[in-house]
Amino acid sequence: MQENNIKFLEDTFKKYYFDHFNLIRVPNRTSEREFGFQKFNSGMTRHISIKDDKELHLLLMKNTPSDVYCSNACYSFPNLPMNEKDWKEADLIFDIDAKDLNLECRKNHTISKCNECNEISTDINSCSKCNSIKLEKKSLPCKNCINASKNEISKLSNILIEDFGIHPNDIHVYFSGNEGFHVYVYNSQFQKLGSKERSELTDYIMFHGAIPETFGMKKIKPNRSTFPDFDEKGWRGRFSKEMYGTKSKRSKIITELIVNGYSSFQKTLDDLSDKIGVKVDPNVTMDIHRIFRLPGSLNSKSGLTKVFCTDLTKFDPYLEASFLNEQLVEVIANCPIRFNLKNTKFGPYYGEKVSIPTFAAAYMICKKIATIS
Amino acid sequence: MLELGADEYAKYPFMADAGQYLKDKGFPLAKFGTDPDLKPSVEKAFHRLKVSTEGGIYKSELIDGQASKSYILEIEVFSFLLAIVLIKLTGMHTLTKRFALAEARRAEQHLERDLGKASEKSKIDLAIKIIHDLFGIEVIKRDDFFEIPVADYLKHSIGFHEREWKLINRYVKNGKVLLTPEKTVRLIRKELGTYIGSKIINAPTPPMIPGFENMVNELTSICKKLTPSYTMTTGEYPPCIKHAIEVLEKGENLPHSGRFMLATFLLSKGQSVEDIAPLFKNAPDYNQRITLYQLNHLAGTSGSGTHYSCPSCEKLKTQNLCFAIPECDNIINPIQFGKKRI
Repeated sequence: MQENNIKFLEDTFKKYYFDHFNLIRVPNRTSEREFGFQKFNSGMTRHISIKDDKELHLLLMKNTPSDVYCSNACYSFPNLPMNEKDWKEADLIFDIDAKDLNLECRKNHTISKCNECNEISTDINSCSKCNSIKLEKKSLPCKNCINASKNEISKLSNILIEDFGIHPNDIHVYFSGNEGFHVYVYNSQFQKLGSKERSELTDYIMFHGAIPETFGMKKIKPNRSTFPDFDEKGWRGRFSKEMYGTKSKRSKIITELIVNGYSSFQKTLDDLSDKIGVKVDPNVTMDIHRIFRLPGSLNSKSGLTKVFCTDLTKFDPYLEASFLNEQLVEVIANCPIRFNLKNTKFGPYYGEKVSIPTFAAAYMICKKIATIS
Repeated sequence: MLELGADEYAKYPFMADAGQYLKDKGFPLAKFGTDPDLKPSVEKAFHRLKVSTEGGIYKSELIDGQASKSYILEIEVFSFLLAIVLIKLTGMHTLTKRFALAEARRAEQHLERDLGKASEKSKIDLAIKIIHDLFGIEVIKRDDFFEIPVADYLKHSIGFHEREWKLINRYVKNGKVLLTPEKTVRLIRKELGTYIGSKIINAPTPPMIPGFENMVNELTSICKKLTPSYTMTTGEYPPCIKHAIEVLEKGENLPHSGRFMLATFLLSKGQSVEDIAPLFKNAPDYNQRITLYQLNHLAGTSGSGTHYSCPSCEKLKTQNLCFAIPECDNIINPIQFGKKRI
């Protein structure tokens, strides 16, 4: 990133941390967590331990980081190298990202920047100028992306509460600041689980690895009475609702399932995971040493804040996660698609000089589709 | 430690403190080599061990966990403890492993039966208490099923490769997994074996007991005949690895998890970092310096020194990196692909 862009973002981010430190949610057991940060155009500094929010404030003011992270794990010695930290436990975290939801709308708001010639276009397969396939894709997620992510969160919460017995107050949802949401689960029986066990939890949540027997289908002499009822709890219940549609169709559908046979049933189950499974990123949940973007900090991919969602249904990230100031700045913008921030429409811009509020300028500069003029 | 009755010690003899038990009964170890009255216990111990080397489970004279005469119960416990003495005198690790497994499976049958006894609350409670005291699992009886916290279930089932043990194939409600008596006990089989094994390993080795020599010699020769198997490999790559290489060759993006799998697989096959690095050349975000750094990190030559191993098939399935073919033949890790026991 060019010097003048970095200078602009650093000044803007610094002002944010000065004005909005109250938005930062320092996790409990602060001194047992590992912190890390990145500066613009520089690598990651991690294995930092912090006593309290005062120390964190100082770190933010001193370093003006592009991104700040904190571990979901608690350690005896968070500042030592990984294998000497002495891992104690970790909060359970799920990452739901709009880019993993295979949404139709993605192609309408994804642009590519060629790594070879810097050309920006809406063609996401190869560069429209030099044909290179080394492209960096940038997405400016839309309302549909956000709603689809919210739907996944609601499916996830349902499983967490009903199947895993998690108290709703222990489930916290955060907008990640870019394209997705982080769902934190506190005080659960899963705190001390290792990576493999957490991976098994995600398989459960994603509806991966189900076998026909679980849903009443036997290889030899299948019996109608073992098929799930419409009102059952857990995955058997969700399966019936998806497969039967209504209570009255149960009998007819079971007959069809039995006639089609065991292998076909297995295929049905495999296909179902796309529909009824929750689309979480399994790699995130199983990583028990990861550092996550700190709630309340800025995301350098967008300039938006990772915010706590008090009312998920009404939550609008492009209104509620944009905290940078409104002072006008001049930028050269190359953004072939339109986006909406703080109830204002911006773009499309085709390599033109425009005067726009800081929050919108930062958004595009972070996405590398604008530069300070 | 639990207070058990004689019949319970006969079913679960590993719960007894060996030295203390023999002392309490007033039998010094040396007496077993010479006293004809104690011979049945010694012979039973030898038989118990032989059955375990053949992969079988010793059948006791207990009927439904009960004995017709009280001395039968005593012989049951003695023979278990004497079997441990014989293992220690033989000093063969294979014998420890086989005996621990066989005894675990035997205890499993008793635990399963006790848990399944709907009318005898005391038997169920004892089995639940054994599971809790030895393995820290809170089991609650709920109608015909047993409830186990999901976290406990996962800790114990994670090593099982059969798909029916995946959490998705269990009835899960309110943070608990519902299991039948059979499955509840199956869950702890491995730990039961490990527990019995550790009891044997930690038991002191007594000096040779006159009268035991022939049995010790015979057990040693049986163990030596338990030939180890050799494996050979076809050298062909498994489909997941072939797929990853194809993706890279086409210049398409292989996710981080796929790159991790490919690199750790090839490293485990003895390829060097320099051999592997060029494979990533076509990746859309290729950077030679970063690639070498990451490969060295995985090989353990830089960073923490941890040598990373190739992820299991199960994990790759979760990451959508598995493209299993019949030749995979239920392997549990890609590095086993093409290996055959001979």
